[in-house]
Amino acid sequence: MRFFVGISIWFVSLAMAVPFFTKWWWMPDPITELGREIDQAFMWTLIGTGVIFILAQAALGYAAWKFGRRSDERAMDMHGNNKLEMTWTGAAAVIFVSLTFAGLSAWAEVRFIDHRADDPTPDRVVIEVTGQQFVWNMRYAGADNKFGPVDFLQSDDAGGNPVGVDRGHPDGADDIMVPEMRVPVNKEVELTLKSKDVLHNFFVPELRIKLDTVPGLIGKLRFTPDTVGKYEIVCSELCGLGHYKMRSFLHVVSEEDYDAWLKEQAEFL
Amino acid sequence: MTEVELSPEVSEYTEVHRHPEPKTFISKWIFSVDHKVIGIQYLLLAVVAAFVGMGLSLLVRLRLVWPEKSFAILGDLFPVGAPDGVMTPEFYLAMLTMHGTIMVFMVLTTAPQGGFGNYFLPIQIGAADMAFPTLNMLSFWTTFVSFSFLMAAFFVEGGAPMAGWTGYPPLSAVPEAAVQGIGQDLWIVSIAFFCIASLLAALNFIVTTLDMRAKGLTMMRLPLTVWTWFVTAILGLLAFGVLLAAGVLLLMDRNLGTSFFVPGGLVVSDKAIDHSGGSPILWQHLFWFFGHPEVYIAILPGMGVTSHLLATFARKQVYGYKAMVYAVAAIGILGFVVWGHHMFVSGMSPYSAFVFSVLTMCIGVPSAIKTFNWIGTLWGGRIRFTSPMLYSIGFVSLFVSGGLSGIFLGQPTIDLYFHDTYFVVAHFHLIMGVAAIFGMFAGVAFWFPKMFGRWMDESLGKIHFWCTFVGVYAIFGPMHYLGMLPHPRRYAEFTGVDYLQTGGAGDLHYFITVAAMFTITVQFLFLFNFVKSIFAGKPCTEANPWEATTLEWTIPSPPPHDNFGGKVPHVYRGSYDFSLPGAKRDFAMQCNKDEAVYGGAAAGD
Repeated sequence: MRFFVGISIWFVSLAMAVPFFTKWWWMPDPITELGREIDQAFMWTLIGTGVIFILAQAALGYAAWKFGRRSDERAMDMHGNNKLEMTWTGAAAVIFVSLTFAGLSAWAEVRFIDHRADDPTPDRVVIEVTGQQFVWNMRYAGADNKFGPVDFLQSDDAGGNPVGVDRGHPDGADDIMVPEMRVPVNKEVELTLKSKDVLHNFFVPELRIKLDTVPGLIGKLRFTPDTVGKYEIVCSELCGLGHYKMRSFLHVVSEEDYDAWLKEQAEFL
Repeated sequence: MTEVELSPEVSEYTEVHRHPEPKTFISKWIFSVDHKVIGIQYLLLAVVAAFVGMGLSLLVRLRLVWPEKSFAILGDLFPVGAPDGVMTPEFYLAMLTMHGTIMVFMVLTTAPQGGFGNYFLPIQIGAADMAFPTLNMLSFWTTFVSFSFLMAAFFVEGGAPMAGWTGYPPLSAVPEAAVQGIGQDLWIVSIAFFCIASLLAALNFIVTTLDMRAKGLTMMRLPLTVWTWFVTAILGLLAFGVLLAAGVLLLMDRNLGTSFFVPGGLVVSDKAIDHSGGSPILWQHLFWFFGHPEVYIAILPGMGVTSHLLATFARKQVYGYKAMVYAVAAIGILGFVVWGHHMFVSGMSPYSAFVFSVLTMCIGVPSAIKTFNWIGTLWGGRIRFTSPMLYSIGFVSLFVSGGLSGIFLGQPTIDLYFHDTYFVVAHFHLIMGVAAIFGMFAGVAFWFPKMFGRWMDESLGKIHFWCTFVGVYAIFGPMHYLGMLPHPRRYAEFTGVDYLQTGGAGDLHYFITVAAMFTITVQFLFLFNFVKSIFAGKPCTEANPWEATTLEWTIPSPPPHDNFGGKVPHVYRGSYDFSLPGAKRDFAMQCNKDEAVYGGAAAGD
């Protein structure tokens, strides 16, 4: 029995750990510097916890195997060892807390966004993202680089104005509404996240970032994609029966393609 | 009144007043004020709830792998949710919501505390009953009312709620958003009743532990089981009140036109919603202020049972008893200041994430102490691999596996990727789901002979352990990999997302569903063993069949009405005096002061 207990603990924990080290099922490649930083934090954590995982499971399996009853010998008289306890605990504390601090700079970069005007500038693309059951609405400021006022109560899904942009307002007349997101490569993008109805969550795995869209609040995310491609935006907060199909795309394209696309969209207005 | 024969191990005792036995069937078995009967009532409620919850998880797994498949029986049972037997996405979400709610409240909170705690806390401290027996009866029956309300939600128009067990508004608060009837209201009422029941129970446990210990049973001589029930009760007292308030507010938002959690200006399916001034994030703060301590409410008693059993079956003192007590207390305190780690990406202030993250990592420290001491307890022991011991060893392994993934999720940076993916599902199922349930299996197998005076079948128990241990790893291990892809949770199917069509998500889901079907089947083995042994198990006539040390093993199995028959044993030593050097026997019961037999001074003082 002791043999089985020991071996099965080793086997089961090894089986669970192996795919993490062989990367059989893995994250898609990140497309931002920040994403690579976050992966770095992940790797450090994987190594730190991996070592503790192996040590703890191996020791547990070994103890079960080694100290199973074989003879009539008594168990050892041993009720604690403060030095060992402190060493193990101290080591765990140092590893856990330093992991946190190591990763926090990336968090600050994503989320510590000082208040700025919402309108875009020549070196910053600003997109307003509004979640609604079960679609994503992206709004661009248009040629004037100014977002018009919106009022959800004036929204009209069928009429192509899902967030209720005031088309009569000079700033709002040229605002572009699209269901998919398109951004130029190597340029800073700032997202203004909103929701029309319930909680949703804007998540692009390749960006490594997500944030809830909260009705009544405005969320901010910032990223600079450096790889051209088409990536999926998936809703990651339960939003109702169509949650599983609330999906859109992020297209990262060259600057020229982006400008051409913007012009093309302006013509539809 | 029949005379109760205490074990000859009891050196001295105090005579106390005896209570007459209840005469009628109703006062004995239904509205009983006997903590043992109430404990068994809680356990039976938990067993029923566990099988219902497990059935729901099976439906969830089936829908994920075969979204189009028709299950005739479902079509008959739920003509709306599963027309022609094909589960709709909203039916999937309802099953998932009910699975989570039933498991967290009706299983993980009732069995370890209400079940084992009720039954054994008074006996382990040498009391005839809880401090407030009638209050105890009320707690159970309020819990039962709560459970009935929850079950009723299945059968009302619109079906069970689908906002998840966390019930985040506005989805849960605005009926139009979830296209639902009163299922969500019943869910809230059920939870409110549950909170009241848990508050009553918590008071009872705390007062009993503080006031009713036998002579000589100091706090630092308490069994670790009692310590964990005691700390769990304190957590319950402080946490459930907050959830109760939040639930009442949510119910008012739904029915009385208040706006605590719903802001103004919402438009749901082209219809303006008449609310203004609320905040969805307020609910999340209130919910998780309860929700995080709740995790420890579920797992602490399992930790206590594990510590208790590892010592008993390794024939060794608990390694670092004091450190274990402090670790339990530390986990209890820290458990109240980390709720924000559930909300890193909720839109709350990103600055507070720093604090919540560091505090969360600090919980890793007492958890590391516990793990180290469990292994230390085994080390150098003379392990008896009984089925309760196997479950306890399994608990340690699952606790390590489920705990370490928390180190990823506790960092806001990494949570940006993993939040609301299957990685989270894997994490909390391993630790608060199956680890806690292994604690219950251990408790059932260990105390069964005491509770029923019969043995469970040991071979069936071992088969059940092996299949379940491998089974749960096969279910929840691969969910981590789904999280890597990353597979968002609470998706009724994964056909809507392109990257889930490739990358092996389908294979992993298939594997998990097969593993779940296997593991669920095996649980009927446990149920069979449990029920059969109550009526036809091998009789256990000894008072102390496991050669254990604590007070419940000084009285007959099953225990008489007021436990010690008015003769409360005195306690002379700590709870885990195993293998004392120079002693003639490898265990010394707490009530035995015979230094000549056991050698040296009592440990654990």
